[in-house]
Amino acid sequence: MGAGHAHKLYRHGHSPVHALPAHCKIAAVFCFVLIVVSTPRAAVWAFGLYALLIAAAAATARVPARFLLQRLLIEVPFVAFALLMPFVAEGPRVHVGGLSLSASGLWGAWNILAKGTLGVAASVLLAATTELRELLLGLQRLRMPPLLVQIASFMIRYGDVITDEMRRMRIARLSRGFEARGLRHWGVLAKSAGALFIRSYERGERVHLAMVSRGYTGTMPVIDATTATRTQWTRAAALPFAALAVCLLGWTL
Amino acid sequence: MDPLSTTAPAPSLAVSRLAYAYPDGHQALFGVDLTVGRGERVALLGPNGAGKTTLVLHLNGILEAGAGTVAVAGLPVAKENLAEIRRRVGIVFQDPDDQLFMPTVREDVAFGPAAAGLRGAELDARVTEALTRVGMADFADRPPHHLSFGQRRRVAVATVLAMRPEILVLDEPSSNLDPASRRELADILRSLDVTVLMVTHDLPYALELCPRSVVLSGGVLVADGTTQQLLCDEELMRTHRLELPFGFDPRSVDVPL
Amino acid sequence: MHVPDGFIDAPVSVATGAVAAAAVAVSLRGARRELAGAAQGSGTGAERTAPLAGLVAAFIFAVQMLNFPVAAGTSGHLLGGALAAILVGPYTGVLCVSVVLLMQGVLFADGGLTALGVNITDMAIVTTVVAYALFRGLVKVLPRRRRSITVASFVAALVSVPAAAVAFTALYALGGTADVPIGKVFTAMVGVHVLIGIGEAAITALTVGAVIAVRPDLVYGARGLTAPLELRTSPLTAPAGEPAAVPAALADEPTAVPTAAAPRRSVRRVWLAGLAAAVVCAGGLSYYASASPDGLEKVAHDQGIDAKAKDHATKDSPLADYSVKDITDPRLAGGLAGIIGVGATLAAGTGVFLVLRRRRSAGPGEAAAPAAERPTPEQV
Repeated sequence: MGAGHAHKLYRHGHSPVHALPAHCKIAAVFCFVLIVVSTPRAAVWAFGLYALLIAAAAATARVPARFLLQRLLIEVPFVAFALLMPFVAEGPRVHVGGLSLSASGLWGAWNILAKGTLGVAASVLLAATTELRELLLGLQRLRMPPLLVQIASFMIRYGDVITDEMRRMRIARLSRGFEARGLRHWGVLAKSAGALFIRSYERGERVHLAMVSRGYTGTMPVIDATTATRTQWTRAAALPFAALAVCLLGWTL
Repeated sequence: MDPLSTTAPAPSLAVSRLAYAYPDGHQALFGVDLTVGRGERVALLGPNGAGKTTLVLHLNGILEAGAGTVAVAGLPVAKENLAEIRRRVGIVFQDPDDQLFMPTVREDVAFGPAAAGLRGAELDARVTEALTRVGMADFADRPPHHLSFGQRRRVAVATVLAMRPEILVLDEPSSNLDPASRRELADILRSLDVTVLMVTHDLPYALELCPRSVVLSGGVLVADGTTQQLLCDEELMRTHRLELPFGFDPRSVDVPL
Repeated sequence: MHVPDGFIDAPVSVATGAVAAAAVAVSLRGARRELAGAAQGSGTGAERTAPLAGLVAAFIFAVQMLNFPVAAGTSGHLLGGALAAILVGPYTGVLCVSVVLLMQGVLFADGGLTALGVNITDMAIVTTVVAYALFRGLVKVLPRRRRSITVASFVAALVSVPAAAVAFTALYALGGTADVPIGKVFTAMVGVHVLIGIGEAAITALTVGAVIAVRPDLVYGARGLTAPLELRTSPLTAPAGEPAAVPAALADEPTAVPTAAAPRRSVRRVWLAGLAAAVVCAGGLSYYASASPDGLEKVAHDQGIDAKAKDHATKDSPLADYSVKDITDPRLAGGLAGIIGVGATLAAGTGVFLVLRRRRSAGPGEAAAPAAERPTPEQV
């Protein structure tokens, strides 16, 4: 489907993971993340096992580690925050190399880093192996309201068109010698934003006309209905079930 | 392809005494009469603000006539017939980005027929046929915004062809096209055996494609005749702000028929 | 402000997920109504919802990438909740921002999948609803002029951002997973977000002003205000001090407001009520507040190339799943910060309001300039 940025996220391939129906993958990733989040943070080894699971899934999907790691960078703000926590949190202090750190802060930082990273990695893997429009159809098959899916697909379809318009406005501003440097220029930028809104809204009205002209009455015709076989579900479920086993161990040990 | 043989005797489009005022009171149409026979290709010319777009939006019932009637192949444009009317009248809007709203070319072309209830193999066949007619069959799985402007316009034509329309209405089909895309589109339009109503400012294009032209100005039709004859009528052209490109002499052109 | 996985524990994530789902479901219905009436009579709401809401979502998505330079190489950007609510209405606003968040989470891993409920509750629902409620309230009490819309937008956006921060703190109090006292979280969140809110407010107000100058009919929050505006531009019709409402300004208020005193009194009441509510809020929340101002804001600043980064840095101020042990710490600082934050918000709003009143009584000619803050014809 995709907007341009989406293509950078998606890695074309023919791996077993790519072949799974989108709704199976979404459900699997969601359950996986939920399980990870419910794991007690003290079970450090469990997170190691989760990471191995993700690595295994990435290997099956033939997504190179480099790609995955690069995409993890979106997490950086959290890392910065997590690193701060040992200094801010309360509780008994530990002294490491002359620094006084909060023990619970260290745990908190670990908790956030581990769970956040695994969550991002799982989502990245999902986006890397599933085409954008498959994702949307998958969400629809998982009972997301069709209207919401339609809105999301319009957003994706026109995200690029509008970003492009924004870029053209910027170029037009630049070529008239305007460069926004500070607060004084907010008015100009806001006018651009306002103009962008008007254009977007009017385009929405035109798209609506074009849709109505082709017989649209409020529901999208279902063009292809893929269903998942039991084997596909089983394969997709491998990841969350393995994680669940780890999680239960984490709670009991 | 034979769009609709059952109503063959009726003209593709019959507009009679059509008048319309927008809700804000601005009246755009003051009684338009226009009949387009089956298989004709007609250019609708006129200055900006003449009411061309307003007229087009009446043809498939997006705007409701204030007075007068519109009939497509004998079927009056009215609330109860809207679904059928919108299948029969294929409007190609000016900006293909507005028209191509689905994620892939295939789905976009399938949208109309699927909304009309077509499914499965029949739907696939319809999509392939429409895309083949505009020479875009190889692009079926591409997202529309990855195509060139000319390609998008051709897909936009395919999206309405897939509905097997009685009449194809094109809003400024040649705008923003480079000369090669412009010629390709002309070839495609000529190869179709549907009725065509083409709204355009591109007078040479009108001359090339449409044997007959009508001029809409101030909300009424002010001229109706062969395109060459209209374009050579300097008085008419001047009065209605129609201008030929520099160096273009309609008299010197051998009109292809 | 995108919360990642693991910040909020599972039960609260699930609960907010349910809240978010319910709100989106309600918004889907509401949006049909909001988007139905806008233009030509042909479309019913259901038909128009998908393309229009989709395009508005795409707009919000795009405008979040528009950088507003602050100074010395830093810049901020819009979060968009308040803007969406004012431009297209609260239901559509919730819907569009939710869709943007959903897509950001699923596609860009920006915001955790399990934290989607938290993110939607916080950023889509709270900002939008607070902004719109405040906006409508202000529009009702302010004189019926375009400038009032700008002012109301400013205040609505200004408050909506710290409101989201407060909501986040509350969620954190319920289900946070780290051991940072709520007081610190509250101080840091509200403090930083008041700052962010000022930027958001300025951009939102300017953008709404820009739209209302060109297509007033597209500003959902200002429907019904356009006709009287044009009447007032005549220099002879409106002597100073006359109430702004020309008949038919709002359909349900067919008669002119008798004197200027009435609006003024009601305005004061609103402000007093608002102030009281704010103080109660701040006081109540500061019960949990503890600790002196800490490094969080500073980090947020150093960290923050843009408003979003600030968000990330602060949002994540956690609080322990088993920590209520630090309540013994000094709460005063946190509480004060809260009160100061809310107070600053109110003060700014009141200041703008007073300026506006003065201008209004200065003369009818004023009304002809709908948005003086709009600068040079640079837009394209």
